[in-house]
Amino acid sequence: MEKEGLGLEITELRLGLPGGSAPILVDKNEKKRVFSDISGDHDNSSTDWKLTQTKNQAVGWPPVCSYRRKNSFHEKDHLETSKMYVKVSMDGAPFLRKVDLSMHKGYSDLALALEKLFDCFGIGESLKDAENSEQVPIYEDKDGDWMLVGDVPWEMFIESCKRLRIMKRSEAKGFGLQPKGSDHRGNSKDVAK
Amino acid sequence: MMNYFPDEVLEHVFDFVTSHRDRNAVSLVCKLWYRVERFSRQRVFIGNCYAISPERLIARFPGVKALTLKGKPHFADFNLVPQDWGGYVQPWIEALARSRIGLEELRLKRMVVSDESLDVLSRSFTNFKSLVLVSCEGFTTDGLAAIAANCWFLRELDLQENEIEEKKNDWLGCFPDSCTSLVSLNFACLKEVNLAALERLVARNPNLKSLKLNGAVTLEALQRILMRAPQLVDLGTGSFVLDRDPNDSETYKKLRATILQCRSIRNLSGFLKVTPRCLPAIYPICLNLTYLNLSYAAGIHGSELIKLIRLCGKLQRLWILDCIEDKGLEVVASTCKDLQELRVFPSDPFGAGHTAVTETGLVAISSGCPKLNSLLYLCQQMTNAALIAVAKNCPNFIRFRLCIRDPAKPDPVTMQPLDEGFGAIVQSSKRLRRLSLSGLLTDRVLLYIGKYAEQLEMLSIAFAGESDKGMLYVLNGCKKLRKLEIRDSPFGDMALLRDVGKYETMRSLWMSSCDVTLGGCKTLAKKMPRLNVEIINENDQIKFAHEDSQKVEKMYLYRTLVWPRDDAPEFVWTLEKLLFTPGVLLEDQWSSLTN
Repeated sequence: MEKEGLGLEITELRLGLPGGSAPILVDKNEKKRVFSDISGDHDNSSTDWKLTQTKNQAVGWPPVCSYRRKNSFHEKDHLETSKMYVKVSMDGAPFLRKVDLSMHKGYSDLALALEKLFDCFGIGESLKDAENSEQVPIYEDKDGDWMLVGDVPWEMFIESCKRLRIMKRSEAKGFGLQPKGSDHRGNSKDVAK
Repeated sequence: MMNYFPDEVLEHVFDFVTSHRDRNAVSLVCKLWYRVERFSRQRVFIGNCYAISPERLIARFPGVKALTLKGKPHFADFNLVPQDWGGYVQPWIEALARSRIGLEELRLKRMVVSDESLDVLSRSFTNFKSLVLVSCEGFTTDGLAAIAANCWFLRELDLQENEIEEKKNDWLGCFPDSCTSLVSLNFACLKEVNLAALERLVARNPNLKSLKLNGAVTLEALQRILMRAPQLVDLGTGSFVLDRDPNDSETYKKLRATILQCRSIRNLSGFLKVTPRCLPAIYPICLNLTYLNLSYAAGIHGSELIKLIRLCGKLQRLWILDCIEDKGLEVVASTCKDLQELRVFPSDPFGAGHTAVTETGLVAISSGCPKLNSLLYLCQQMTNAALIAVAKNCPNFIRFRLCIRDPAKPDPVTMQPLDEGFGAIVQSSKRLRRLSLSGLLTDRVLLYIGKYAEQLEMLSIAFAGESDKGMLYVLNGCKKLRKLEIRDSPFGDMALLRDVGKYETMRSLWMSSCDVTLGGCKTLAKKMPRLNVEIINENDQIKFAHEDSQKVEKMYLYRTLVWPRDDAPEFVWTLEKLLFTPGVLLEDQWSSLTN
C-alpha cells in the first residue's frame, strides 16, 4: 500500500514523541494513528496484527453511545455494590474523612470502621445503646434531611446516605432526638444544623 | 393521461403515496406533478439539517405539518464530534414560527435544542401534537414545562436518550387539567419526577397507549399508575424495587393483580433498578410481548433472565445486555421463533468481558430464528465459520452491525481476517441496507461489499482495509450508498478524489484518523461547490494554509444547497469555495439532497 513519504518506522509502537532515529514528522496525531498504521500495514495473509495499549484506549470504542455509557454502566444495581464514598464529619475533628459504604456489611461493621478512622470509641455503642453513648451518628439522606443512623435496613441506608456526621450528644440535646430503645421513636426528621 | 385530471384528483392519488422517497420521485415526473405534490406534502424528512435552509423548506412545502430533522453526524454518539459543532434547531423553529406553517409534529435527532426553542415552539403552533427528541441536548426541564403548559392538544412527548438538565421545577405539573389528549409519554431519561402530578396526568388521559417512566417512579407508584391505565400497549417501568420480601408486601400483591388487568401491553422496557424477586409480577405480560428492551436492566441476569425469556414466545424484537451470555442466547433461539430484531449491548464495555457473548450465541440465534433481519451485536470474538453459518441461516438481513470488542481482532480459530465471513453476509442478504464492520479486515471485504451489497445505504468501517483500493471498491460498487463513515483506516486522497461526483449522490461522508490530507480536502472542496467539506480541527492540529500534506484528523462532508453554514465554531473549517453561485441551483436537486 502507498504511504507516500513515510518510512516503515511509522508502524513502530510508541506512546511518546518520535524518538531520535525516527523520521521527523509533524504529525502530532501519531499516538492515535499508530493503530491505524498497524492494521493498514500488512500484506494479505500476514498476521501482523498486534495487541497494543493504544488500541484499547481508542476514543469512542467500543461504539456505545454516550448516553448509554453514562446511564447503564455506572448505574448502581440495587443488589450489586460499587464504590459508595461518603464524607464523614465528626464534631471536634479538624477535618473530614471519607468512607466507602459498599465495603461494609452492616451498621456494626461501619461503626468499627468509623471508630478506627477517628480513633475513638463509642460509635458502636451509640447504635446499640443510644441513651448512654457520647456520640450520635446521623446521616443526610437524598431529600436533604438529617436522619438517625440505624433506623432503616442497611441496604436502604447505603442507597440513601449522602454524608455522615458524628454528633456529640451535647449538641443533640434540644433536638428532641430520642434513642431507639426508648418509648418513642426518634424524630429523625430534625435538622441537625 | 394524468395531466387531464384536475389537481384534486392528483392530490387524492398522491395521498396514497406516503414514503418520502416515493413522494420525491413523484415530484420529479413533471412540473404539474411537482406543483401538486408540493402543495399537498405534509410530512418532510431532512436527514441533514445543513443540507437545506428552513426558508427553502417553507417556500417549497407551505403545507408541511410534520418535520423530521437530523443534526450531528452519527459518530457524535461516540464522542468523536466536539461540543458546539452545531446542529441547532433554533433557526428552524424561528423560521417556522414566523411563517404561516401549521406545524403539528417535530422529530429531532442529534440536535441542539434550547429552552428558548422549546418555548417558541410551544407558543407558535396551536395544533402542535407531537414532539420526539432523540439524542438531543442543550435544554432543561424549563423547556419541557413550556411544552406541557402551552401545547393544549399534545398527543406525544417522547424523550429518548437526551441529555437534559433538571431544574427544580415541576414540569409535569404544568400540563393543564384540560390536557386529556396524551397518547404517548416518555421521560425515562430524566432522573426526577413529581409522582403525584404524574398519577393525576395518567388518570385524566384515557387514550394513553405508551408510557415510559423513569427511575424515580417506585413500584408502589407503578401499581397506582397501571390501575389508571390498563389500556397501555407500551410500558417502560422505572424502578422495580421492593425493599422487603415480596410475599410480605401488600404493594406487590396489588401490583400482581393490577398487571393481570393490563392485557394490552406488547412492548416492555425499563427496569432501571430491579429486585429480581419481583419479576414474577410481569410474567403474565411476557406471554404477549412483541418487544422487550432490557438493555438498561443490569439487575436482571442469570437464571432470572432466562426464566423471563422462556415466557416470551411471541417476541419479535429483543434488546438485551451481554450478560445474557451464549447460553442465554440459546434459550432465546429456542423460545423466540418470531424474532426479527436482536440487539446485544455490552454490560461493561471497558471490562474484561467475562460475561460477553461470542460467535456461539450468534450462530444459535441464527439457527433458531430464521426471520432475523436486524442485528446489533457487541461481542468478544467472531469467526468466519460462524458468520458463514449465520449468512446461510438468515438471508434476510436489512441491518447487520457487528462490533468485536478488540478492534481489528482476527478469527481466533484461524487467525485470518474476517473478510470471508462478512462477504458471506453481504452475498446472502440481498436486501441489506445497513452494515457495520469490525474485526481484522482487508481490502477484500470491501471488494465483496462493492460487488454484492447492492441495496446498501449506510456503511460503517473501523480499523479496516489496507489501501485506497478498498474505499474505492465501496464507492464504485454501492450505487445506493447514502452514508459512509470511516475511522482509523488507511484511506487517503487518492480514494477521496477519484470520483468526486459520487458524494452528491450521498448524504454524507465521515473520515477520521485516516490518511486524507488538507490538500486533498481543499481540492475536493474546490471541485465540488455543492459539497460542504468540513475539517474538524481540535487542539489546533493544523495550521491553515500551511502544509497541504498534513493529515486531517476528522473530515465530514455533505451535500448541501445552502453552503456554507454560518454557525460553524472556530474549530470547524469549511474551505474556500471558488465556484459557488447562489440561486442557480434547481429545485430538482431537492429530492436527492434531502434523502
